[in-house]
Amino acid sequence: MKQTKKPRIAVWKFASCDGCQLSLLDCEDELLDIVGAVEIAYFPEASRAFGKGPYDISLVEGSITTPHDAERIHQVRRLSKVLITIGACATAGGIQALRNFAEVEKYIPMVYASPQYIETLKKSTPINEHVFVDFELRGCPINKYQLLEVFNAYLNGRKPNVPPHSVCLECKLNGNACVMVAHGTPCLGPVTQAGCGALCPAYNRGCYGCFGPKETPNPTAMGEWLSQMGMSEEDIVRSFRTFNAYAEAFRRESETLEYR
Amino acid sequence: MNTSQRIKQKGRSDTLKVDYLARVEGEGSLFVKIKDNRVVDAKFKIFEPPRFFEAFLRGRNYYEAPDITARICGICPIAYQMSSAQAMENAFGVKVEGPLRELRRLIYCGEWIQSHALHVYMLHAPDFLGYESVIHMAKDYGEVVKQALQLKKIGNELMQLVGGRDIHPINVAVGGFYYIPPRERFLAMADKLKWARDAAVEMVKLTAGFKFPDLEREYEFVALHHPAEYAIAEGRLVSTSGLDIDINEYENYFEEVHVEHSNALQSVMKGRGAYKVGPLARYNLNFKQLPPSCKRLAKELGFLPPVKNPFKSIVVRSLETLFACEEALRIIGNLELPEAPRVELRVRAGTGYGCTEAPRGICWHKYTVDEKGIIRFARIVPPTSQNQKTMEEDLREYVQKHLDLPKERLTWECEQALRNYDPCISCATHFLKLEIEWE
Ligand code: SF4
Ligand code: SF4
Ligand code: SF4
Repeated sequence: MKQTKKPRIAVWKFASCDGCQLSLLDCEDELLDIVGAVEIAYFPEASRAFGKGPYDISLVEGSITTPHDAERIHQVRRLSKVLITIGACATAGGIQALRNFAEVEKYIPMVYASPQYIETLKKSTPINEHVFVDFELRGCPINKYQLLEVFNAYLNGRKPNVPPHSVCLECKLNGNACVMVAHGTPCLGPVTQAGCGALCPAYNRGCYGCFGPKETPNPTAMGEWLSQMGMSEEDIVRSFRTFNAYAEAFRRESETLEYR
Repeated sequence: MNTSQRIKQKGRSDTLKVDYLARVEGEGSLFVKIKDNRVVDAKFKIFEPPRFFEAFLRGRNYYEAPDITARICGICPIAYQMSSAQAMENAFGVKVEGPLRELRRLIYCGEWIQSHALHVYMLHAPDFLGYESVIHMAKDYGEVVKQALQLKKIGNELMQLVGGRDIHPINVAVGGFYYIPPRERFLAMADKLKWARDAAVEMVKLTAGFKFPDLEREYEFVALHHPAEYAIAEGRLVSTSGLDIDINEYENYFEEVHVEHSNALQSVMKGRGAYKVGPLARYNLNFKQLPPSCKRLAKELGFLPPVKNPFKSIVVRSLETLFACEEALRIIGNLELPEAPRVELRVRAGTGYGCTEAPRGICWHKYTVDEKGIIRFARIVPPTSQNQKTMEEDLREYVQKHLDLPKERLTWECEQALRNYDPCISCATHFLKLEIEWE
């Protein structure tokens, strides 16, 4: 973005846990530099000053779950030159998309005593089902270094370097012992996008897929593998249905298994 | 808006409204209605969309609960992980003790440090110093903000060490952990924590010097109490009016009621009304168990309990940050690594309860699981929904007392009064009834 004025940034929240926008405040060492380089024009979680649009970059956290939010996201798009979605809620519908596999009408009375006041959509959907998205950053939560990379790339008019390969490759790069091979622990690493630094295998547990499907994954082969390791079909369905349950590849596999 | 506009005029009616309450985690708005110089309505509305955690937990494996419930709130995931793990352990009849219990306390200290540092400096201090945000504040208080960021970072590092990462840690399991990091990594935290302890002392001194809006109320404070320690992840539920119950009796004493003025369901104590959880409650109930450094400093600065002014919670949060640094240092100083990363569990059908002290107050969980360990029922009561009624009462009383302030000033102070609670709205909404009024 070539301009003399500081680029103006906005941070928006839809249905989410705030964890992804917190990643921005978690850039403790970089925050003051970021604040020096850009104007944080709209970031309600951090400031009571609301700067009016348009904005050069909008970061969007959360999924669309209410009729009002389905309209609000269009306003955000209109106000933003570049719109970047951050986290599994915004890129895949998040954990709240588990409702997409059930009847939300049945969910409401399980949680709320006065269901007549609840206004909600049947599905929790990612932002890109509603508006054009310039870049999607994965993870539940996102990795703050990847966030800084995306930020830098857009500020300098280049393409972000966010590799689409699997967690397995990160495991190899780190020299982790494979938990599947070494301990027979089920691991979604082969179908999950890198970005976390292969955190779970380093802590002796299998990846549970919080970064969502990698580019061209093979979830069917993954499912067969898990089944050979003794996992029940229900558990395989559950493992594809977590924070990225509604992401295309994971959704298709869990539905195929369920309806088989 | 005319800033010198006064609300107090004969027969004047007015409304104070903040449509998007900033610097809280989540989305909320507040609404106060004044008629003939009397506050007739005070509402703290939450318009965060519902996410239905209790519903979709049904049908999941018991061991998934810590990972799933963490996603209720990115600021206090450990509270959800610990309460849910404890509830499952309770259902299976096991207790996590010894070195594993200490490591759980250690990661919880990390969460208290990062969450308190975030709230005190970045979300609440700007109110007291008259800035729109920490970013605006940084221009004049550069060194303070740098120190704040470092302190927060050390809390995060503690969570990363024990939990793998600071937002939604991956290492918390029912029964303990998946992996115990090597001793050196714990020892490497000691020097940082010593720095953090000194920084926390400065944090207490800084906040103790703020000017506190005048409001004192007779709250019923509710917190966990443990005979041997300042309670974090285990204890009985006690109150300043003599409540003393096991956490599994919670539902006999607390309920949700429909309150006409707000149309919202709010937690109250049966037959007693609103109550208050969080730092002030813990401090007033468990002060004796704080380390000498906290007690000394509190005495020196004139903050001995009972502290009943909600605006002073910022000082108590700072004192608790100091406590958490001391406690983390104690744990690392006596470090014993567990033999196994987690205790063995025998899955059986049953109901279990968990309750721990989130930075904002008690986070209560109840689950029923079947003989295969599949969750059949879940109920989660987060801290903010328990404080909601008290928050509205604070607002009502505060506005009534300060009707002569300029409208803009009073509106800001109302926001500040709600930020006293560090309201974590993402947490509260999956439980609260929403009243959505879109303009
Ligand atoms: S993606 Fe995960 S961490 Fe990010 S907002 Fe959603 S639930 Fe929170
Ligand atoms: S541990 Fe998991 S992510 Fe790592 S190499 Fe093995 S399968 Fe892949
Ligand atoms: S290993 Fe998998 S589940 Fe664990 S943090 Fe990385 S992507 Fe998420």
